[in-house]
This record gives sequence, structure tokens and C-alpha cells, in this order.
Amino acid sequence: MATQVVEEGRFGAFGGRYVPETLVPALDELEQALEAALADASFHAELNGLLQHYVGRPSALCDAPRFSAQVGAPVWLKREDLNHTGAHKINNALAQALLARRMGKRRIIAETGAGQHGVATATVCARLGLECVVYMGEEDMRRQRLNVYRMRLMGATVVPVTAGTRTLKDATTEAIRDWVTTCPTSHYIIGSVVGPAPYPRMVRDFQAIIGREARAQLLERAGRLPRTVVACVGGGSNAMGIFHAFVEDADVELVGVEAAGHGLDSGAHSASLSRGTPGVLHGALSYLLQDEHGQVHPAHSISAGLDYPGVGPEHSYLKDSGRATYVSITDEAALEGFALLGRLEGIIPALETAHAVAWIASQRGRWAGDEPVLLCVSGRGDKDVAQVSELAAGSD
Amino acid sequence: MLTDRFTALRAGGRRALVCYATAGHPDPDSSVALWQGLEGAGADVLEVGVPFSDPMADGPVIQASSQTALAHGVSLDRALELVARAKLGIPVVLFSYLNPLIAAGHDVLRRAAAAGVHGVLVTDLPVGSDAEREAWLGEGPLDFVRLVAPTTPVDRMAEIARHGRGFVYLISRLGVTGVSDQLPTDLPQTIGRLRSVCTLPICVGFGVSRPEQARSLGAHADGIVVGSAIVRAANESVDAAVRLAAGLRAALDERPA
Repeated sequence: MATQVVEEGRFGAFGGRYVPETLVPALDELEQALEAALADASFHAELNGLLQHYVGRPSALCDAPRFSAQVGAPVWLKREDLNHTGAHKINNALAQALLARRMGKRRIIAETGAGQHGVATATVCARLGLECVVYMGEEDMRRQRLNVYRMRLMGATVVPVTAGTRTLKDATTEAIRDWVTTCPTSHYIIGSVVGPAPYPRMVRDFQAIIGREARAQLLERAGRLPRTVVACVGGGSNAMGIFHAFVEDADVELVGVEAAGHGLDSGAHSASLSRGTPGVLHGALSYLLQDEHGQVHPAHSISAGLDYPGVGPEHSYLKDSGRATYVSITDEAALEGFALLGRLEGIIPALETAHAVAWIASQRGRWAGDEPVLLCVSGRGDKDVAQVSELAAGSD
Repeated sequence: MLTDRFTALRAGGRRALVCYATAGHPDPDSSVALWQGLEGAGADVLEVGVPFSDPMADGPVIQASSQTALAHGVSLDRALELVARAKLGIPVVLFSYLNPLIAAGHDVLRRAAAAGVHGVLVTDLPVGSDAEREAWLGEGPLDFVRLVAPTTPVDRMAEIARHGRGFVYLISRLGVTGVSDQLPTDLPQTIGRLRSVCTLPICVGFGVSRPEQARSLGAHADGIVVGSAIVRAANESVDAAVRLAAGLRAALDERPA
């Protein structure tokens, strides 16, 4: 039903494959390789083995007694922050790297915003012996110095992108340019549920393990399904990963939290679903922040991982079909969420996740006392501590 | 008008010089002067680049020209005003990413035709990607020019040729737009493969910038497309870009020995 792919490579009207002709054969090849891999038990065996022993899956489902008391409902945390490299990104990076190796492609390209996807990709490339080139906006390299260092430690080449807003959008454009040039020998590991088909579906399927595990864990621990599933949305891969297992459960509410930056009316935000209009960027039709001439509007968020003017096409479909609801949280509120989860639960979330924490915190009284709320803790906040402490020092 | 131009060229045994320039670069007035100068230097077709904020198929030179044009406030509708002002005698092809075209509305193709545009080429709308929008572009008043890449298999080349109008734009090499020292050695074979399934004129672009490249490509293709080299020269002056085009024209018109 709600996530049915109506036409090949599309989610309703959204998605598609809007790319230069040069990439069409490369995407065809990827699609065929993906199908062959998914039909091959040895691919699943190797992937599952690495997910268990290298990544550390299944990730824990953790209760949050003090946060729950404040919210007035039991909040359960799906701990993707406990994965190797500290975020959900490695689920997808690992699977795509295995796929690339099957395709005989020894050079891997990736884009990164907060650096979590870049780190995950550099990590799996080190493990599998693949060459790794990561494009990262210069502004993000400044915000996420630690992750740049981690990538380089693991042998990746980090290429600063100085075009445009010097953030995730421009890093993605630059990664696509590399791929147009090197596609016969390189595989592009897109880090979110964005890009041309088959990427949005493929990345969702590689992230869907989050929701599959969480659904089973919550049924076992709480004896029921969640009332609401909450995740932050930039491109939207952790959200699609946790939503997917619940889409058919009509009584489970799905809430995606976008970055409202300085406020939805400030013009400086990343809330593509709340404030964008359908448009084509990076190979897919989806909600997009753009002006009346179809020029892409620069996004803003305190969180580098949400600082993107587009969003995965399946989210656009879930929004228009009404199956999921999208809300937004400002930079300021996200910083409170960041501190709150640390103070109440001893878990410092990534600034991306902090948006979802802040939204739940703002909804006290929304849920009956026995209705479970499931939150995807997409990543840990260590990478953000320096940035947040600088901000705090600046405001003293 | 594109077809007439290529028919006349073919009858005269000549090759087409297709020149690309970004609308509004280096500034709106110079842009008009540049296009008129390129026509005077012997360009057969002008490709007018529609500035876009995220040009993923373009290299640094055209990216920078798009940023400059956007800073001058030139989007699609301003580009059409400039085309109307230029009153050119050669066919004009809009070279655009899909998003500015969609944003300009369904009526934009008719407005473009009224401004003096004859064809449209869309970087990120490959054959078979979007039936509805391809029909919109294919059935409108403009010739919908399609692209073939070096990675395109021959059966897909045939499919693209069936859908194209005016001419087929063959991308010479992997990668984004930009000047190259050397074109791929197997380019004549790629042109031959395309020729075997295509009756439309074939123009080769990406990386073409020098007279000797124009001469050697003229032996195989019906025309060449020069973009980044012209834009780069236009950064210096309109005259420099016009001189470059005149040199390529002369090289293209030399009869092979």
C-alpha cells in the first residue's frame, strides 16, 4: 500500500532518474547487480555476518525512564549511535561497498555532510581494501574537523568542496561529477535515500534493518507496537530505515522531524517537506527548497547532516499520501534536545537526532501514559561536542 | 529551422559550428554582444545555457559562468528576453537543466519559441526517464535535441536517435563539460556506431576547444559543439571569444588533404 512503487523507480510521482545520459548505463548496471546480490544467499550471509560482528548489530533498544517521565509516555530509544562508527550510516555503506566489490569496482566515491556517512564509508573501504574518495563541503569540514581526521586516519582522501554553500548539497553535486567521469571503475555510495533510482529504494532497504529490529524488540519488551515512531529527516535515511517496517501498521503514527534552522519564516532552514515545492535535484523529483525560477535555495541547519535543501522522494510520497507527518524543530530547540538527553539519560545524541528528541520533549501530554514512543537515535553526539561548546562559549 | 540549417550545410559539404554561451555571462549586455559576434564569426547554431544553481554535468568554467549569470539575476525568463533582444539569424537551442524548465511552467516552450528559440536540450532528462515531461518537450514548438554518451549501448543509441529532433548531441568523453587536451582515441568508432543507427546530424561536444580537434572531428561528425573554451575566452573579453570561434570556423572549413 503506502510504500508501493507505483511505477518503476518511483514513489507515486516522486523519484525517477534525472541524470546525464552518461550515468544511465551505470544505473542500469547497478540495478542489475543489486537484484543479483539480493537473490544470492552468500551476499546476505556476508552482509549479515559483518553487521553482527563488525558493526555490532542488533543495536540495542533502550528504555529512557527519566526522559519518559518528562514526556508522560514511555519513550524507547533505538540505539543506532551504538553501531561501529557511531551512527546508522554504516548499515548502508557496508552493504553498498559489498555490492561494489561484487561489481568489480575498487574505487568508492561518497559525499558527506556531518561526516558520519564519510566516516562509515571510509571505514568499510578500509575493511574491504577499497580506495575511498569523500567529497565534503569546506564549511562542513570546519564544523566537523574530528570526522575529517577520522576519515584520513582510515586512508580515505577527503576532497574539500568550495562551490556554492560549501555544504552537503555541493558535496553531492561534486560527487556526481566525479561519478560521471569515473563510472566504469567507480561506485558512488550515496549516503541517504536520495539520488536517482535505484538509490532511494536500495538505501532504504539497506537501512530497513533498523525498523525490523526495533519492531521485534519493542513487541518483546513492551508487548505492543509503538503509538508513534519519530526520526529526524535531512535526506531521510534513518527515518526511512525505521519507518519502513511500520508503514503497513495503520495504527502506528510516523513522524519525521525536519530542521527549522532559525525558524520556518526566516528563510534559513532545511525543512524541504514543510516549506518546499516539488522539483528535481541530484537525479530525483522530490520536495525541494527553491525559488520561483527553479534555482535551489541554500538550506540552513545547525546540524551539518540535516543541512540539505532536498529530501528523499519516498518521504515526499509519504507526506502527500498522509501516511507520515513532518514537523520541524529550530536550531535553538535542537540544542536543548541535545543537552536534555545527555542530562536525563546519559546519552549525548547527534545534533541531527537532537531535533527528534526536542520534538518529543515539546509534545508532553500528546500520548496516553501507556503509549510507547519509538525514537531513532540515529547517531551519537561526540562529533558535535566541540561545535556546541564553542556556541555555548560564544553566548556566555 | 535546425533541420534546414543542417540540410544546407550537408548540401555544401560543410560541418556545423555549434557555439555554447551561458545566458547573462559575463553580464547581460555582453551576453547579447557575444551571441551576435559568434554569429558573425560563422557559428551555425547557438546554444544558450540557462543558468542553474546546481549544474551537476558541468565543469568549473561553466559552473562559474552560471554563478555569475545568477548574480546578475539571469534565470530562464531573463535568458529568453536576451535571446529576443539579440535578433539572431541562426537557430538557437536552449541548453538547460530540467528544474528551471519545470519551474517556468507549461507555457515556457511557447514563450521560448516566441523569443526566437528553435530547439531545447535538457541535460538531466535522458530518454525513457519521464514519459510525461518528454512528451511535453517533444510535442511542443521546439526541436527536442537528445544526448548520447560514450557509455550508451548501441541499441539505446537507436532509441535515442528515434526520439531526437534537429540533431543528436554526442558527448565525446566521460565526465563533465570542460576543455580537454585530448579526445578519446576511439571517438571515430563511437561516431560510427551512432551513425549506423541514426539519420539525424551528429554534433560532438565536451572537451572540444582547438582548431586541430575541429579539423579531425570534421572528418567524422556533422558538427562540433564548443562550450567551455568560449565561456573561458568570454571571461577575458567578448572579442577573444569571437576570435576563438572564427579560428574554429576556419579550421572546420579546411578541406581534408
